[in-house]
Amino acid sequence: MEKEFNTFKNVIRLPHKYAAGPTYTKFYNGLKESKILGTRCPSCAVTFVPARSFCPKCMKNLDTWVEVAQEGEVQTWTYAGKDFFGIPGKAPVVIVLVKLDGTEGSFLHLIGGINLESADTVKKALRKGTRVKAVWNEEKKGHMLDIKYFAPLSKKR
Amino acid sequence: MEMKHEDYYILEDQVSIPYENAYGLTWTRFFEGLKSEKIFGSRCGKCNRVLVPMRSYCPRCFIEIDDTIEVSQEGAIVAWVLTEYEYFGMPTKPPFIGALIRLDGTDCEFVHLVGGIDLSNPDQVRKTVKNGMKVRAVWKEEKKGHILDIKYFEPVK
Amino acid sequence: MGRPVAILGSGQTVHGRRFDVSYPELVKEAVDAVFETTGISPADIDGVVFGTMPSMMEGVALTHFYFADVLRSVGKPILKTETCGSTGVSLAITGYYWIASGMADLVLVVGSEKMHEGDAQATMTTVLEPFYQRFFISGAPGVFSMQSQGWTVRFGIPEDKIRAAATKLSIDHHHDAFDNPYAHIKKRLTEDEVNNARIITYPVRLWDVCPTSDGACAMLFASEKAAKKLGKKVAWVKGVGYSGDEYWFGDSDKAEWQCAISASRQAYEMAGIKNPRKELDVAEVYNPFTFQELLFYECFGFCGFGEACDLTLKGVFGRDGELPISPSGGVLCTNPIGATGLNRVAEAALQVTGQAGAHQIPGAKTSLAHAMGGVVQFNGVMILGSEK
Ligand SMILES: [Zn+2]
Ligand SMILES: [Zn+2]
Repeated sequence: MEKEFNTFKNVIRLPHKYAAGPTYTKFYNGLKESKILGTRCPSCAVTFVPARSFCPKCMKNLDTWVEVAQEGEVQTWTYAGKDFFGIPGKAPVVIVLVKLDGTEGSFLHLIGGINLESADTVKKALRKGTRVKAVWNEEKKGHMLDIKYFAPLSKKR
Repeated sequence: MEMKHEDYYILEDQVSIPYENAYGLTWTRFFEGLKSEKIFGSRCGKCNRVLVPMRSYCPRCFIEIDDTIEVSQEGAIVAWVLTEYEYFGMPTKPPFIGALIRLDGTDCEFVHLVGGIDLSNPDQVRKTVKNGMKVRAVWKEEKKGHILDIKYFEPVK
Repeated sequence: MGRPVAILGSGQTVHGRRFDVSYPELVKEAVDAVFETTGISPADIDGVVFGTMPSMMEGVALTHFYFADVLRSVGKPILKTETCGSTGVSLAITGYYWIASGMADLVLVVGSEKMHEGDAQATMTTVLEPFYQRFFISGAPGVFSMQSQGWTVRFGIPEDKIRAAATKLSIDHHHDAFDNPYAHIKKRLTEDEVNNARIITYPVRLWDVCPTSDGACAMLFASEKAAKKLGKKVAWVKGVGYSGDEYWFGDSDKAEWQCAISASRQAYEMAGIKNPRKELDVAEVYNPFTFQELLFYECFGFCGFGEACDLTLKGVFGRDGELPISPSGGVLCTNPIGATGLNRVAEAALQVTGQAGAHQIPGAKTSLAHAMGGVVQFNGVMILGSEK
């Protein structure tokens, strides 16, 4: 019986070109210069990072640009120990939400510079509130991964 | 400095997603049939229609079908189109003729290719291919249990 | 039948290759426009209906989540409707149901597509199952050409006659588009240019086919109470119809196309329309292909089967004719698929409220909006009127 039911293996590929528009373009240009840029809402005084073209609460168009800190605090994180089709990079990876100093909300990125062998080794290095700092790739492409990852700051500093 | 539209970034990407689609019992049998140069259809016990490819149920009577019959490999063209353009990931390379073919003794149209004729000149094709024209299945040497085990339907001389 | 439902207004974006904005920013343009033209506050909406043609056209699987902010939907219910090309009319019908049922008084309805960010035909090929049919259908043009081809032969329409009628539609619609500030392709074409254009899927040539457009459309659907509060001229939904065929291309007749016939008849019956050619003042027919537009005239009972070409050539369906079709230039000139059907409803509403500007049909009181979707599988129709 088992053998009677065949399957058909298939990969669907779809090509895309995403328009960045003016706001994201300026943000990516910032990354090329190792700067993290945000936009500030004049109405609710929140700084959004990555930069956004409008405030989702006040629906005000945003054009007040600020360079934000490259350091912040870990809000939450997770450990992906197993590769899956289409994973960004290669397992293991640690995905993190960082609250950059002086901003609201959280910046989604990766954690590096620590032992990623298992969730337990990560747990030893990372907790809510751990201070982290952006580590940049040598070569910049105007891409979110121009920031290689966020690494915990050594406690001595 | 004001950025111009042309300077806004475009992020190029390709989404690839893998699938494994199950044939199930009915379609497994249909494709087994193709391997031995047979086209199987299903007769609905209620409306008496012969549907091809095989179905496990009748889409009008909503009853299960288990009456499998081998249908004719000849039929008549009901509608056709000559395709001249190509797009990303197109499964069949142009030029080709896609056609609705009413196989003799069946009660729906079978979608496949019409071939075995010169496709280089559309006006010539128009003179050759007519609705109502008799066509016959031409098989590939090597069978894979795939709908393209039938190479195409060629005009019956 | 439910409660009366009004359309308070619409917002359309400028269409084209909109790489000057990201996708959420494009949707925001339409949403901002509908709130601005109606003067309604986003805080007052009870819910949001959103849709695109298929998931993955733009590489983001669930775009209504992506657009939650610009749709002003935070903290509110959101519904997604996705029926391929007929999405826009399905969106309008979903908004209609929500108000008619009494569950909401004010609903924002939005459709969008940013086709230049993906590959339309590659995406549409995935609408077909991968076992049998995907290999033979060459995107949308292949399906529609085959349908028209079967129809032409069935009714014995000479090839030169259907060519002439299709050419007239192409020239007229591309010309009409100059009067529509939101239209994408506006062009003055000659008969020679249309007749000798590059073949896409024989006999369909370049100017018989719609473009791929980036754009969005937003509309506000409201109860009678909310419409009265607004105190402006509104359009009223008089009838809705939606109907589909079996999945398999080849199982059902696409020439005397049952789901197109039945969707229109459902809507006519609800609106009390007996003779659509006489009683409708204008129709926004979903016309991505000139040849298919002619087939719709017949399925909708604007004329008998086999008559559409002759009547078109006589000017019955022109701007000054008995029943003007798609004075906006229609889908043939502007096609952001997930928004396209909703654009038809928006245009139909502009007509019956006398706000269509340069392409206004004088005195229009009753209008029809239509969209078609799938591998010629679904049709949706909405009838609007100037009076409740
Ligand atoms: Zn704000
Ligand atoms: Zn049956």
